[in-house]
Amino acid sequence: MQIAYREVEGRSPRYWALLGIIGLIALLGLGAAYYMEHHGHIVTGMTNQIVWGMPHVFAVFLIVAASGALNAASIASVFGKSAYKPLARLSGLVAVALLAGGLMVLMLDLGRPDRVIVAATYYNFKSVFAWNVFLYTGFFTFVALYLWTMMDNSVAAYGKYAGFAAFIWRLILTTGTGSIFGFLVAREAYSSALLAPMFIIFSFSYGMAVYLLILIAAYAWTGRPLGDAILHRLGRLLGWFVAAALYFVVVFHMTNLYFTKYHGVERFILVEGGIYTQMFWIGQVLLGSVVPMLILFNGKLRASRGLLVTACLLVVLGGLAQMYVTIIGGQAYPLDIFPGWEERSSFFDGVVHPYHPSLPEFLLGLGGVAVALAIVTIGVKVLRFLPESLADADVDPHAAG
Amino acid sequence: MTDNKTTPVDEGRRRFLTASAAMAGVAVAPGVVLYEIAHGKPADEPASHAVRWGMLIDTNQCQEGCDECVKACGEENGFGHGTRETDSQWIRKVELRDMRTGRTKSLPVMCQHCAEPPCVDVCPTGASFKRPDGIVLVDRHICIGCRYCMMACPYKARSFVHERITDQNPDVPRGIGCVESCTMCVHRVDRDQQPACVEACARAGHGAILFGNLNDPNSEIAKRIAQYSTMELRADLKLNLGVRYQGF
Repeated sequence: MQIAYREVEGRSPRYWALLGIIGLIALLGLGAAYYMEHHGHIVTGMTNQIVWGMPHVFAVFLIVAASGALNAASIASVFGKSAYKPLARLSGLVAVALLAGGLMVLMLDLGRPDRVIVAATYYNFKSVFAWNVFLYTGFFTFVALYLWTMMDNSVAAYGKYAGFAAFIWRLILTTGTGSIFGFLVAREAYSSALLAPMFIIFSFSYGMAVYLLILIAAYAWTGRPLGDAILHRLGRLLGWFVAAALYFVVVFHMTNLYFTKYHGVERFILVEGGIYTQMFWIGQVLLGSVVPMLILFNGKLRASRGLLVTACLLVVLGGLAQMYVTIIGGQAYPLDIFPGWEERSSFFDGVVHPYHPSLPEFLLGLGGVAVALAIVTIGVKVLRFLPESLADADVDPHAAG
Repeated sequence: MTDNKTTPVDEGRRRFLTASAAMAGVAVAPGVVLYEIAHGKPADEPASHAVRWGMLIDTNQCQEGCDECVKACGEENGFGHGTRETDSQWIRKVELRDMRTGRTKSLPVMCQHCAEPPCVDVCPTGASFKRPDGIVLVDRHICIGCRYCMMACPYKARSFVHERITDQNPDVPRGIGCVESCTMCVHRVDRDQQPACVEACARAGHGAILFGNLNDPNSEIAKRIAQYSTMELRADLKLNLGVRYQGF
């Protein structure tokens, strides 16, 4: 069955208002980056103890979600589910947009963003970061090729291969992102090979949630039909991804609890860590996992678009909480350089490191989100990413009803 | 026709040549002397694998409350003695208390100059590097300030320059947005001098830090390490450190 794709008109005041708000937030983000670059990181909450702050929380979330946003496209091409085919183009666009937003934040948070070209001209191939430079550019390339095969009939025959390449690449990409932390032997909160597959599962969940939010908003705001059946499917799939992510979190902490030397850091995250403990239990587990699962696994609740959107928003907030706990919490817990000894020094050895994120850091992170949304908003206007109708009968006549 | 009598012109010429030679001597002499001092390693001679610079810290000699090494490091390398969370601290005094016995120890911790440095492994651009003589450094020209090395260092030995810097020591270039750490006073070592902390500790009468070539079996440091039991921090990571501790 032929699906008709069409650009959104993009001339309504509402479209320009949306783009205006997104653009303003993006500009605020760029302004924050300029301010940080001009004065140095002294104007942020980051220190020599908490070296990666709020920008990394946003950046890593966006990069992980980028990989997951490709879910719909992968299911269509790699797993041959025709019902997902009409969703594939937007899926590719959101993936590229989220990665671009995340990378912007990551680059502008460098101590020397003016030297970003150095990262492309000097390589240390033992560094996971250096691998990531190739993983990011490869992801852009494969997804762009994949989109090309979807949008140009003359190369449509290669769609299957491009889709497969993009699918494999996204798994490698998120393995790389998880390994940024997994390969840190020094810090007790990281240093686990489990972080790589766990980040892949996180990506499925966060990316699908972001994709669903954008899909629902795009169809609601353009007045195009969006069927219940497809949302029903995607919602249930998101539920399984959230459950799988929670499973990995449980296994990760259970493993650490079995190793006596990790009891300290586990006690910190799970019991005594203050903001990190609250973010873990209330943010990541309760609001980010349990409540969305209650909605998504219940057919009646999931059928309500309001509740479905709520579940997706909660998954996103839970994802940001998870990144905060993983990235900031993992640094806040002091390094144990002298096991068995109480440590005290002018460099804050042996104490939990405080972190108070500053406004510019938030703005830079939000700026990355805004850039991602701007790419999607402009993308759907200039190219044919969105089907005219995603009504159930148009998408998959057999699934309707 | 010639005669051997000197003329006034010849006298003048001779005086001029003598004075010129003397002045040339005066001008060159400091250079010769400086060359003698600096002959440890001429600037165009690369660092050698034959040497592995290291330090041995005798914790029995290190005095609680004394921070002469910390002060000397700040002065030598051109940063203050600030202890804000954003201030650079290349070396710090750590006060320890045994959780079971209550025994206390005081010792300096700085970059441990690992043979297998995690900071060098993770650095995306290769700005973190190890010289053949074992000194771990940051190339300030290609450090992009990603701070991955700070995440990777098991000793929290690295600092990030959070704000603009003025009044730098020309021997020790530093810059906003880059990561830095103890260089083992490489600029002094290459002139055959001891790191500033080592000299300061000796001046204070403690002599708790011994600097030398770990690869030379006849060096004082190699002999001491052969004779006494010494410890590496986080020995479980098997990073083969250039800094050892004695007296635990």
